Amino acid sequence: MSIKKVRPHISPNEDLLFERSSPGKKAYQLPELDVPAVDPRAALGAAHVRSEIEGFPEVSEVEAIRHFTRLSTWNYAIDHGMYPLGSCTMKYNPRVNELVARTEGLAWAHPYQPESLSQGALEIMAHLESALLEITGMDAITLQPAAGAHGELTGILLIHALLEQRGNPRKKILIPDSAHGTNPATAAIAGYVVGNIRSDEHGLIDLAALENSVDEDVAGLMITNPNTLGVFESRIIEAAEVLHRKGALLYMDGANMNALVGIARPGDFGVDVMHLNLHKTFSTPHGGGGPGGGPVAVKKSLEPFLPVPRLKRAGDAWTLDYNLPHSIGKVRAFYGNFGVLVRALAYILAHGGNGLRAATMDAVLNANYIRKALEPWYDLPYALPNMHEVVFSDERQARQGVRTGDIAKRLIDYGFHPYTVSFPLIVRGAMMIEPTETEGKMEIDLFIDALISIAKEIQTKPEIVKNAPHSTRTSRVDEVKAARRPILKWEPQPDPVTP
Amino acid sequence: MLEACGVETPEGLFAHLPDAVRLQRPLQLAAGISEYEIVDYFRRCGDRNATGYASFLGAGVYAHYRPVLVDTVVSRGEFLTAYTPYQAEISQGTLTSIFEFQTMICQLTGMDAANASMYDGSTALAEAALMAARLTSKGGLLVARTVHPEYRQVLKTYARNQGMPIAEFGYDQATGASDLDDLGRRLNPLTASVIMQSPNFFGVVEDVNGAADLAHHGGALLAMGFTEAVSLGLLEPPAKADIIAGELQSFAISPSYGGPYAGIIATRDKFLRQMPGRLVGETTDTHGRRAFCLTLATREQHIRREKATSNICTNQALIALMATVFMSVYGKQGLRELAVQNLAKAHYLAAKLPLRFSGPFFNEFVVSTNGRSPEELNSALLEKKIIGGLPLGRFYPELSGAMLVCATEMARREQMDALASVF
Repeated sequence: MSIKKVRPHISPNEDLLFERSSPGKKAYQLPELDVPAVDPRAALGAAHVRSEIEGFPEVSEVEAIRHFTRLSTWNYAIDHGMYPLGSCTMKYNPRVNELVARTEGLAWAHPYQPESLSQGALEIMAHLESALLEITGMDAITLQPAAGAHGELTGILLIHALLEQRGNPRKKILIPDSAHGTNPATAAIAGYVVGNIRSDEHGLIDLAALENSVDEDVAGLMITNPNTLGVFESRIIEAAEVLHRKGALLYMDGANMNALVGIARPGDFGVDVMHLNLHKTFSTPHGGGGPGGGPVAVKKSLEPFLPVPRLKRAGDAWTLDYNLPHSIGKVRAFYGNFGVLVRALAYILAHGGNGLRAATMDAVLNANYIRKALEPWYDLPYALPNMHEVVFSDERQARQGVRTGDIAKRLIDYGFHPYTVSFPLIVRGAMMIEPTETEGKMEIDLFIDALISIAKEIQTKPEIVKNAPHSTRTSRVDEVKAARRPILKWEPQPDPVTP
Repeated sequence: MLEACGVETPEGLFAHLPDAVRLQRPLQLAAGISEYEIVDYFRRCGDRNATGYASFLGAGVYAHYRPVLVDTVVSRGEFLTAYTPYQAEISQGTLTSIFEFQTMICQLTGMDAANASMYDGSTALAEAALMAARLTSKGGLLVARTVHPEYRQVLKTYARNQGMPIAEFGYDQATGASDLDDLGRRLNPLTASVIMQSPNFFGVVEDVNGAADLAHHGGALLAMGFTEAVSLGLLEPPAKADIIAGELQSFAISPSYGGPYAGIIATRDKFLRQMPGRLVGETTDTHGRRAFCLTLATREQHIRREKATSNICTNQALIALMATVFMSVYGKQGLRELAVQNLAKAHYLAAKLPLRFSGPFFNEFVVSTNGRSPEELNSALLEKKIIGGLPLGRFYPELSGAMLVCATEMARREQMDALASVF
């Protein structure tokens, strides 16, 4: 065992805020009122006025900043190092994007302020729309959806609206067994039945099976390309033809768009509707789980159904057009996660067309380099060339009783965030690795060394892997206990009874 | 690295792609620009928006002061650049803060359990409607016309393909509160949930208990929305509601032209299994020390796929953290004091204006424009560098001679006097 990247250091303990609270402490200041005070009970009616908020925190400013700073030190983050989560595209989040999103005229813009005083915001949205259309090769776009799954819902509602106009919205959405969980969940929320289709022996869409599955009941196919194995669906154009011939549509989950930008465009290979994840491909930060941005791009046939409002040029100004009789309506209040849109546009402006293509190349190169280095040590269940991510199986290690989840936890001791564990479901014990273009050779070599070292540990002392992590301040967490008797909020402990 | 991969150029890695799918030209996007140019571009965009104006817009998005600590905390890379905390051992910072968030939302709303956030208030309310449908095995929605009009539009979009019929009930023309007699008349055995908002879109505080009694008597659940979270510092939370779905933008989240914000859903323990979205629970590590992890994932899409309670995956974690820091900074006393200041400012301004409704209000209210159009008044105000209220005719044709005006703690007395002077 040789751990090169990290060594332990001390990390502060910290209570919950509620346990730190004591009456009268405060971290805020408010100005003196410049208007007469109002008696709440008189203004609102006594029955509407609440008593004090029991248990709410009462801490000083120093306690507050220390509290959150201490908590932050318990997290791993991109800023610490490689975050090889497959399908999540954890790339560097440029700090200039954070700065520009806080530009006063943007951050303080009210969504209902007059259009004449919103031209800067509308210009940003229009600029981003045109860049994303060029990148995807699609005809029209909405920036309204708040995240990937929200974009999926929007896209499937668009398909429903078009087919309904053609006379029959149909009943079923087909989804490959390699798909993200959001795909089937989305189809169900949109009112469709899910038809699962098996992948072929290479992990790709089985064209014959698709041909057999598409009938008058099928509204569309949801596909991820490259798929969740990181493999490009090379027969995508034929798959689209099968669907189109039978009056169905092709939806593309854009989660893996980081493999395609500047190289291939969904609009050129038969996709009718797709979403993008701005928080993946376009570098807006994940923030511990959000916010995201899930623009949906479509071909002409679906354009009339896009959510309201849409940007429209009126003379030399931008305006928001609500007069779209065929629109599916709104999927979210206002116009989308505007602050996320600002960050994504900043990323695109920084890279330019050539820079975006170079990023794609680096991402794919990094994934292939990892594949070559680790192939001798871990099983590769699907051997086709991969793009931006590579999926190994724990098959060999499982014979020693060590599973993908254990290897992932052991990676933590080596100073890395784990890869994506046990997904896609078509791979037994999947280890899904996506380095992104962010990582240079030094960091990647350390990562490869770590996984090789773990493979060796499994042969000689598997216990050390099975009980990992060993060097974190929190050892393996009991998730079963958490679910068996859920404790979802802090409650004051009764005072101990004193005799 | 190329050599290790067995290719001579990076292009070689793409050789397996069929020609027909390859883009045969460069992307037609401008060349990359420097950091300074990026900052300058967005500054110029910002300057073309309203800057230097006093604003009296509310209507679901409120101008509240953002304590400095908020951006200090969320700018830390450990929070900003972390993924969803699936790997609990190296995500205790995010997990602990979400657990605190869930706790504070429960304390504020009086509910038993709150989730880790939804996209925003509008989608949270739509998810609450879907949740109520699952809980009651019925589909009908009865929605107050006093719910934010854009939230109602989102509800329609979500409900339509689920075959959930939506009906609306009206409001009292004198008070601006929901007409509970109308609610009572329209309740029927197929109604899954009654959906309201308090303070409502007109700023008026609703009779939540009265609505809850009616809904429950009719075999339906009551889902209560809110858009002005600061009101919870002063207003009795809707204790009789079954589901609370709200928007936390008021808690130190920039207006940012409509997002990102953070929605929440809170409910009773007995409804927990139908809750959408992520939840953090307390547990222990192998040494018996307190630890937190994501839990009850069998409700969620990555486990349950098409049988999940929702398709939501990415939520608004960092924005929820902003709200958490805000609640920690203001705390028990501060949130009340802040709410009291909002009440005082709004009532000072309201006393100078012709109010359209008589119901009790928190920090926004509807003003009659007395024969002149709201747009005309707003134009006059823009001359004074003031953005006036929201003209209501766009959403309520019967209120085309009225505007919705909001005054928060940030409204200064002389600005309010200037606004009142054009009426």
